[in-house]
Amino acid sequence: MDFAFTEEHDMVRKMVHDFAAKEIRPVINEYDSNHKYPRFLLPRMAELGILGICIPVRYGGAGMDYISLGIVSEELEWADASVRETIAVHLALNSLALLQWASEEQKQRFLVPLATGEKIGCYGLTEPAAGSDVAGLRSTARKDGDDYILNGEKMWITLADVADYLLVFAKTDPSQRHRGISAFMLERGMEGLTTGTIEDKMGVHASNTGWIAMDDVRVPKENLIGQEGEGFKIAMSALDDARYTVAAGAAGTIRAVMEAAVHYANEREAFGQKIGQFQLVQQLIAKMALNYDIAGLLWQRVGWLKNQGIRNTKETSMAKWFATEAAFAASSDAVQVHGAYGFSSEYQVERYLRNSKGAVIYEGTTQIHQLLQAQYALGYRHDKPLRCELPAYDPEAWGEEG
Amino acid sequence: MKYIVCVTQSPDTAELPKVTVDQAESGNQGLELITNPWDEYAIEEGLRLKEKQGGSVLAITVGPAGTEGALKSAVAMGVPKGVRVWDDAFAGSDALAIGRILAAAVRKEGDYDVVLTGKTTVDGNGALVPVALASALGAALLSQVAKIVAIGDGKITVERLVEEGREKVTADLPVVIAPVKEINEPRYASFMGIRKASRAKFDVWDAAALGINAGSVGAAGAKVAWGNLSKPPAREGSVVLMEGETVEEKVTKLVDALMAEKVI
Ligand SMILES: Cc1cc2nc3c(=O)[nH]c(=O)nc-3n(C[C@H](O)[C@H](O)[C@H](O)COP(=O)(O)OP(=O)(O)OC[C@H]3O[C@@H](n4cnc5c(N)ncnc54)[C@H](O)[C@@H]3O)c2cc1C
Ligand SMILES: Cc1cc2nc3c(=O)[nH]c(=O)nc-3n(C[C@H](O)[C@H](O)[C@H](O)COP(=O)(O)OP(=O)(O)OC[C@H]3O[C@@H](n4cnc5c(N)ncnc54)[C@H](O)[C@@H]3O)c2cc1C
Repeated sequence: MDFAFTEEHDMVRKMVHDFAAKEIRPVINEYDSNHKYPRFLLPRMAELGILGICIPVRYGGAGMDYISLGIVSEELEWADASVRETIAVHLALNSLALLQWASEEQKQRFLVPLATGEKIGCYGLTEPAAGSDVAGLRSTARKDGDDYILNGEKMWITLADVADYLLVFAKTDPSQRHRGISAFMLERGMEGLTTGTIEDKMGVHASNTGWIAMDDVRVPKENLIGQEGEGFKIAMSALDDARYTVAAGAAGTIRAVMEAAVHYANEREAFGQKIGQFQLVQQLIAKMALNYDIAGLLWQRVGWLKNQGIRNTKETSMAKWFATEAAFAASSDAVQVHGAYGFSSEYQVERYLRNSKGAVIYEGTTQIHQLLQAQYALGYRHDKPLRCELPAYDPEAWGEEG
Repeated sequence: MKYIVCVTQSPDTAELPKVTVDQAESGNQGLELITNPWDEYAIEEGLRLKEKQGGSVLAITVGPAGTEGALKSAVAMGVPKGVRVWDDAFAGSDALAIGRILAAAVRKEGDYDVVLTGKTTVDGNGALVPVALASALGAALLSQVAKIVAIGDGKITVERLVEEGREKVTADLPVVIAPVKEINEPRYASFMGIRKASRAKFDVWDAAALGINAGSVGAAGAKVAWGNLSKPPAREGSVVLMEGETVEEKVTKLVDALMAEKVI
């Protein structure tokens, strides 16, 4: 057993941490309070290779491993969850789904520009009337010659107004539940495809969250990802990747709010002493320290499983459930440590609290993860092998030029 | 053109106050070491010179096994090659000796045009190695360099940051340059560089390879002895709020207070 990050991981962490500290933290408050998406970060992250960090070099990526993806997520969310969300959606939900399921031709066509950051991707599963109940989605894809005609509406879609390539799920067989769903790559500019932004959100103000409307959008069969009827499996396997980034990101929130709480507790005085001297304040900080480590160990286990090419749906769900709830609790406790100042937007902890509430809802609500864990424990649920598995990390092959 | 960058490791500046006197005396500060922050400017400038002028860049560090970190940072940022210089006879070297050792390594590499160093180390904080190195090489030392204006035809022109402002200086190549942070914004490591760095193996040059007389360096050759180390007293500070009815009144009081303290 080996609990250490490699030297390579340490260097990745330093690089992304410096980026987050120098280029995100100084401006994030402004974007958060103006509800603006920091678009300027996209070309920067593209240039640095962050947008394709764990995609093989021959597909335009940086060729690093899945643990590096976790590190990127943690460091970006240490600055702000909305920036980490861009990675969860563009890279985990869209690009990694292509790496796992797309044909070679589709990888060249879609994955390469996504990995280099020339194009941005999003993922449209949720609908106004279907969130947790994925199989109840209502969007349709009707076959018409060599094309499909898509109709329906997607809601709460991160990067809806930013993305060039939109991976959406629709029913090729509306009479079926899971088995009727197929996955399609929509391209911005397709006729009948419109998107918009949801303006009033509680948190992740610096993320773009919106809707996608499909009104007789004609999609060539070359844009069908995987086979007809495989959409549910594709959607769920992509969630395994994104939930992993959400879990690692949540650890970044815990670290950020703990740093803030520790700093404040060592400065603020009450009753003639530093508030850090009060044991009830210490208890709040002790919980943050404990939960940071648990969240870290849980996401790192998933990263290791991914590197080995071992299925990790159960472990990922556990990491996501625990880490996001722990981040929400830690942010709330950090506001508490700051007293009234924590309640003001002048101190950043309230931003983390607002952001962290989103993460216990998206990528499977806490309740859905509790159901999953119970089903695994009770023996009601077993993961079957997939037709296409996410490839294990191979340092040599991933570093090779095309 | 050939550029050589001298790099070393230091603790994170923020961690320095944790070092105890005993740790400093033992030479093991008990902290995780990073690349001396000032050396990143030297690495960046070396890379920029290579990108603009062509040629090669080499990173050199003097240190025992386990001190390759700074070389790895250089490789992760894009420097193609690094060399570690060490011999047990080098242990206990003072800045003068480190300068001599570096000079021997630079000569071994040969035909160099510019040697770049950091301004200072954040722990030792001597800013003496560049001086010792330049004098051992017999090359001009350009310290406090904020900009390289031109290089070519055997000459280099730079802007130095001096108390009165900036001064422009031209020197014959080769030179030793110790830049200030105004010179550039060090780039991030690239992922490709990180992969290379994590696999990099560095050549090690010892006293024999450098043709150094062991008695002239290390503890044996040290001219400086650290007799009595002590920590500076912790900085005391207090906050005074200037009270007043109007901004003008508060500012007047502030200016009076600053003048009384001889700050202005
Ligand atoms: C900021 C943000 C970004 C998002 N980004 C995306 C995106 O990029 N792409 C995308 O497709 N979606 C996205 N979503 C949507 C998100 O995945 C859904 O909101 C989530 O799956 C929950 O669905 P719902 O909102 O419809 O809630 P519902 O499913 O209606 O759930 C409502 C409540 O009922 C509970 N519940 C539901 N079913 C059960 C059950 N069986 N047992 C017990 N309790 C249950 C839930 O836990 C929840 O508390 C995003 C959401 C947010 C907030
Ligand atoms: C913990 C500790 C204990 C010490 N004990 C003693 C002692 O007992 N006796 C004694 O005489 N001195 C001692 N020193 C001083 C130490 O030997 C010198 O500090 C060292 O030689 C470098 O000088 P400097 O740190 O002042 O470097 P500076 O002159 O400030 O360095 C400037 C630049 O020179 C280059 N450079 C410096 N060192 C190297 C290197 N090793 N390899 C490559 N490039 C380099 C870098 O580019 C650096 O940015 C000690 C230092 C420390 C940190």
